[in-house]
Amino acid sequence: MSPLSSTETPIAEIPGDTLRERIIDDLRSHIGADLLDSLLKPGDDLWVRVNTSAWRQTGVALRSMGFEYFCFLSAIDWMPSPFGKGEDDPTAPPVERDDTVRQGYTGGSTRMQLLARVVHPSLHVGVNIKCDVSDSEPVVESWSPIFAGANWHERETHEMFGIGFDGHPDLRNMYLPSEFEGHPLRKDFPLLARMVKPWPGIIDVEPMPGGSDDEEGEAE
Amino acid sequence: MTSTESLIDRKQLAYIASQAADARLNVELETEGMTLNIGPQHPATHGTLRIIAHLDGEQVVWAEPSCGYMHRGYEKLTEVRTYPQVTSLVNRIDWLGSFANEVPFILAAEKLMGVEAPPRAQWIRTILFELSRIANVSLFLGDLGVQLGAVTPVFMAFRDREHVLNLIEAATGGRFHPNFDRIGGLKDDLPEGFIDETRAVMKKLRNFCTEMEDLLFGNEIFQSRTRGIGVIPKDIAMQYGLSGANLRACGVDWDLRRDQSLPMAWDKVDWKVWTHPDGDSFARCWIRLQEVRESTLIVDQLLKSIPSGPVMAKVPRIIKVPEGEAWVSTENPLGEMGYYVVSKGDLGPFRTKIRSASFNNISIVPWVLKGVYVPDIITILASLYFILGDIDR
Repeated sequence: MSPLSSTETPIAEIPGDTLRERIIDDLRSHIGADLLDSLLKPGDDLWVRVNTSAWRQTGVALRSMGFEYFCFLSAIDWMPSPFGKGEDDPTAPPVERDDTVRQGYTGGSTRMQLLARVVHPSLHVGVNIKCDVSDSEPVVESWSPIFAGANWHERETHEMFGIGFDGHPDLRNMYLPSEFEGHPLRKDFPLLARMVKPWPGIIDVEPMPGGSDDEEGEAE
Repeated sequence: MTSTESLIDRKQLAYIASQAADARLNVELETEGMTLNIGPQHPATHGTLRIIAHLDGEQVVWAEPSCGYMHRGYEKLTEVRTYPQVTSLVNRIDWLGSFANEVPFILAAEKLMGVEAPPRAQWIRTILFELSRIANVSLFLGDLGVQLGAVTPVFMAFRDREHVLNLIEAATGGRFHPNFDRIGGLKDDLPEGFIDETRAVMKKLRNFCTEMEDLLFGNEIFQSRTRGIGVIPKDIAMQYGLSGANLRACGVDWDLRRDQSLPMAWDKVDWKVWTHPDGDSFARCWIRLQEVRESTLIVDQLLKSIPSGPVMAKVPRIIKVPEGEAWVSTENPLGEMGYYVVSKGDLGPFRTKIRSASFNNISIVPWVLKGVYVPDIITILASLYFILGDIDR
């Protein structure tokens, strides 16, 4: 491997897991018990989950730790879609689906979770931050006073998931008309295009004619 | 370090002072505000973006982009597709560099599956990635001229971009939407004669860069309309999540091709990350020009060292991705493009967050347009370089 040449600043080492461990410790010293859970996938990435009430405090802490680059902010709706992939036969009786809400990495207890990512610009290491959003009162403190770029991301999240942001200057809709009802990225919002016309692409994953044990078949 | 910073400060202070002086004059004359609507259809907007600018005389008091004219709901659509089907969707996010959009998504799925593409596939991916960067950014360079009133550069850009698009078409079958990347490798190997042809085209593109440098960047009108205009300081750029050439033009040494380890071939060749201390419109355009040239050099080196072997790893024909979450981002032509993929062990993703570069790059527009003159709106927007599909997704 040839050395990457001619840039003025020395290239930071590929971030090690020790660095990520140090970040967790550092964050814990800032926000204490509000750091509910963390997950470090060796050689991959870092996830932390914080208390909802400490959402803004976490942003402030991360910024002071040097995580100045704001990457994105969004949400995840962990409820399995009641419509599946929209490929059911409308004439057949309704299909039984597993509707238990299972959260992903670092757990959680609510259906909706906020997800954000900030990056340290010189160490080139990022943190994925999650926090639970209450079902009855989905309002979280805004990050836009800390990271100005969060402004638009929060507008988008508000529009798509119906999560409110306390302290946000202007939560207008970004994409949809202001009179639009519902929050499209919530799982219980139906994808109408799929409801009115069956999706032809399903053929893609059907077994090939004449093929045997396709499930285990290898690529040619 | 400090000298470059103070240089930015000085320029900025001079700029702010001149604006303040003009503002005082306006107060004395008691000019009345007016609202100027730019777009949705305007040649400067690369699609349909509307900018609402509130003016005081010739100056912008506040400006705000209004998005949504191109919103196609890709994040929702990925939830009802299978993994191999998603690439045909994400192709259309940044339509000028579409192959580059497929790569991070495929890498995220491969990361969850624990699959790695064979070396030859990694090399070809990187070559096609750089080719789409060249096609994308060379069009930007031509378009830049048009937005400043020069017509010649755009013809040259379209002429030379065509060579690159022909190469992409020869390899993938599609000029704009290749849909060529697969989980575990690529659809096909390179066609015969591709390597020689690519070498010749890269030479042409380097000539194109030199021509552009003489014709456009050396032009006095171009310089006076871009230098010191739309200055974005480093910390503001970081806060807004600006990426790609826009961030490097603020003096931040940041390139995801170099700064992270991905199963791609960038770390196997010798190349340079260009930065510029000024942070103005000129710096952003200049960085892009250098990057096109650098990309041609990357491609040349990769063509020399391309390994033999298969282009597809062993993957099941029906792809099920194990449960988990993965984030992969790459340095796309427009900036950082990333996918946060959540899998529940199904045929398709449970949720995909698409972090596109232009969304963040354009969110700074209200900040950067504050106080500029009306003609500068167009040059600043042009230099920030966005593609509407990449904002709205």
